Amino acid sequence: MKIGIPKEIHLGEKRVATTPEAAAQIIKLGFSVSIESGAGVNADISDEAYQNAGVEIVYDTQTLWQQSDIILKVRAPEFNPNLNLFESQLLSPNSSLISFIWPAQNEGLMQDLAVNNHTVLAMDSVPRMSRAQKLDALSSMANIAGYRAIVEAAQHFGRFFTGQITAAGKIPPAKVLVIGAGVAGLAAIGTAKGMGAIVRSFDTRPEVKEQIESMDAEFLMLDFKEEGGGTGGYAKTMSKEFIDAEMALFAEQAKEVDIIVTTALIPGKPAPKLITTAMVESMKPGSVIVDLAAEQGGNCDLTEKDQVVVKNGVTLIGYTNLPSRLANQSSQLYATNLRHLLTELCPDKNGIINVNMEDEVIRGTTVIKEGKITWPPPAPKLSAAPVATAEANAIPTATETKKSIIPNFIKQLLPITVAGLALFGIGAVAPESFMTHFTVFVLACFVGYQVIWNVSHSLHTPLMSVTNAISSIIVIGAIVQISTANPTVTILAGAATLLAAINIFGGFLVTRRMLEMFRK
Amino acid sequence: MSHSLVTMSYIVAAILFILSLSGLSNQETARKGNYYGMLGMAIAIIATTLSGTVSAFGVLIGALVIGGLIGARAATKVEMTQMPELVAIMHSMVGLAAVLVGYANFMDQTIALEGVEKTIHEIEIYVGILIGAVTFSGSVIAFGKLSEKINGKPLLLPGRHWLNLILLIASAGLGYEFLHQTEVGGDALIPLAIMTGIALVFGIHMVMAIGGADMPVVISMLNSYSGWAAAATGFMLSNDLLIVTGALVGSSGAILSYIMCKAMNRHFLSVIAGGFGTTSGGESAAIEGEVQPIDAEETAELLKAAKNIMIIPGYGMAVAQAQHTVYEITKLLRAKGKKVGFGIHPVAGRMPGHMNVLLAEAKVPYDIVYEMDEINDDFDSVDVSIVIGANDIVNPSALNDPNSPIAGMPVLECWKGETTIVLKRSMASGYAGVGNPLFVLENTRMLFGDANATMQAVLKALEK
Repeated sequence: MKIGIPKEIHLGEKRVATTPEAAAQIIKLGFSVSIESGAGVNADISDEAYQNAGVEIVYDTQTLWQQSDIILKVRAPEFNPNLNLFESQLLSPNSSLISFIWPAQNEGLMQDLAVNNHTVLAMDSVPRMSRAQKLDALSSMANIAGYRAIVEAAQHFGRFFTGQITAAGKIPPAKVLVIGAGVAGLAAIGTAKGMGAIVRSFDTRPEVKEQIESMDAEFLMLDFKEEGGGTGGYAKTMSKEFIDAEMALFAEQAKEVDIIVTTALIPGKPAPKLITTAMVESMKPGSVIVDLAAEQGGNCDLTEKDQVVVKNGVTLIGYTNLPSRLANQSSQLYATNLRHLLTELCPDKNGIINVNMEDEVIRGTTVIKEGKITWPPPAPKLSAAPVATAEANAIPTATETKKSIIPNFIKQLLPITVAGLALFGIGAVAPESFMTHFTVFVLACFVGYQVIWNVSHSLHTPLMSVTNAISSIIVIGAIVQISTANPTVTILAGAATLLAAINIFGGFLVTRRMLEMFRK
Repeated sequence: MSHSLVTMSYIVAAILFILSLSGLSNQETARKGNYYGMLGMAIAIIATTLSGTVSAFGVLIGALVIGGLIGARAATKVEMTQMPELVAIMHSMVGLAAVLVGYANFMDQTIALEGVEKTIHEIEIYVGILIGAVTFSGSVIAFGKLSEKINGKPLLLPGRHWLNLILLIASAGLGYEFLHQTEVGGDALIPLAIMTGIALVFGIHMVMAIGGADMPVVISMLNSYSGWAAAATGFMLSNDLLIVTGALVGSSGAILSYIMCKAMNRHFLSVIAGGFGTTSGGESAAIEGEVQPIDAEETAELLKAAKNIMIIPGYGMAVAQAQHTVYEITKLLRAKGKKVGFGIHPVAGRMPGHMNVLLAEAKVPYDIVYEMDEINDDFDSVDVSIVIGANDIVNPSALNDPNSPIAGMPVLECWKGETTIVLKRSMASGYAGVGNPLFVLENTRMLFGDANATMQAVLKALEK
């Protein structure tokens, strides 16, 4: 099947849906790949680079759309002013489209796409499962957004992030507050920490506390009991009391910190307003707020979408295209996500995709199948809870099997009793001469026991070969019998001597060879 | 040489043997220990030869020279990966020698004893031959299994425990018959020969029923038996040196078996009874998920980015002879200032300490080779663990799935590190036949292929 990658037309969009590396892998799956000329220029990828990877360059936009069975894109289809056509109309019949779609927000687009037997897979609808992580483009993009948020903040912040003591005086470290510790929030924490700032973070979901602390940031505790985790690992709307407590915390923090990064989003709802005008006014002049929720209306009252504004001396950054501002990196990750999706879709590596609706990952991602809207998918089965019950079930079985028929103290006494009786039996009948040998035997066993426990684990093989050689002391038994009148005995003893001699020389020499190897 | 002088020589030899074993407690003194052993053996043989009982010097020296040459040749020729086979075949020789000495002693009419002493002497001969024969045939089968001349899978005959019991009872019955025949002056050789046959069958059957993963236990157990055989011969000949040495070796092997069993969380008796997984209580959890393959270049990238690397070798490394390549990689990484260690599970490989010998052969310094207990708590700080041809010893279900056949076995907890790379030939399960959830963990990457070939590719990528 032919895969086509058009140039993105959204204003300011610099990303591209595939890279030469990813394209080479896709071609290995049996597909042929074409790309619109100049599609990668903004992500610093030249047409030649694609050509070298075996990708065909197509100069006409419409031709590319027409000839392709599968279109890979970043942004959802929109109106192309140059052609005076909607991109959804450019799709050839029976073809497939894979891109960000945002079906909940774009009902009109969904209707437009659900014609002509089209199949549409939305990269924003990949289910949140561990198996699907490698194609989770939202996470890849959020990771970049979090990183870029700190870079943007640093750009507009007038001081160092890291604290220093210099000849010219002491510089305190910047204090950064990250609200919402999802993928983007954690990436922002990591980046800010890496630059030397003091980082604090808040999240309504208590389970992320550990993740925040693992990044060496401080988790701001709210003295309030309420679960903030919704389905699929996302946050949900909290009660009024909780929000009040939360807002009080933010108000207090706003006075103290230099940089606030907000990443709070609730799926399918406008972003919660967390930073009020009053809080912005209370911040120190020169402070920076990066609002990663600007697309959904912003977490801060004063954020302006896609703009950088200065209010009361506080810089508010409302960029919604942060991943695009790191175009090469985000193209690489997005292209890899798409490649993984294609690998899932094409398990036979024969260049034909199979939209298998039985597969939970593919089912979740597919929003239109052969002209019919299949969004939203049935609720995914969640992974975290069942594990706990499985463990709980398992424990009782383990304890049950441990119960034995014989009580413990009898078990412990049994071997001692048996040994005692056996010794008594031997002592009762054995003659004097046997008992002297037996004494030697028992004492030697104890000496062996004490000595062997000290042997280092790593020397167990040499130990075995040396004990092997030593056990050939049996040769003594053969030697004392070798000189009798009975020729059979001599032959038997001679053979035993031969065998033991092999062992003596073999055992000691191989041990020596091994021990010579052990070097510091 | 006077009788007292011979005895004194024996005491010196016994002390030297004890020093030899205690010398093995660490690497610095181990070489000296081995020389003590050689010296002890030389003293014992010379003292016995000169004790005045020996006149057939030709036969004796001939046997010693021929045997010595064969042994020396085997010791210099053997590959380090074949150590388990060599040790097994050497055990069989001790066993066979014990049998031969027992028969020789039985046929030797010059010994005149009366009453209870005579009976005890007969019992000693009988028991000595029994243990020797079991050691012999068991070791031969173990050798066959280790050198893959015999299928490594446990052979589980129906009613095998009953069979063992019958063989045991038959041996006891024949023992009675044997004593009776010697008493009345009849032909006692027949019950003795039949018993020897039964003991040989018993040894074969016992080792055949034990699976490949339990081989370390079998080897140490046979090691122990060869010691007991020597001790029994000592009783038979009223020779204290044989008794002391046999007891030392016997307890050494017994302790090794115990350590191996503990490392697998298996009961000694259940290893001997044979078979694996026959006692599992319930369904073990099925393993679901997808493995994430990786190639040699990506592995090299991961290694370049890591600071703290742990290498976990298993039997697969021995099979692929990858230890030299592994050490080349180790050298390269250490030259780049990275911390590289080796984590050794007690039962990795096919005999106790097998991995240590292989790594020593590849000149890996022993102070970066760690035991499981030394490093298991440190995996949190490990960036990349490389598992080379090991499976059961890194299986997390041993810890968290009570129904797993290997539940409770201590394992190397490499999954606690940042990333684990597992080298494997294919997706087959380990010797225990247990699936391994490690392979589908999020932070695990699978590197498929022959261990040596893939390690070579990683080395090449690292050198770039």
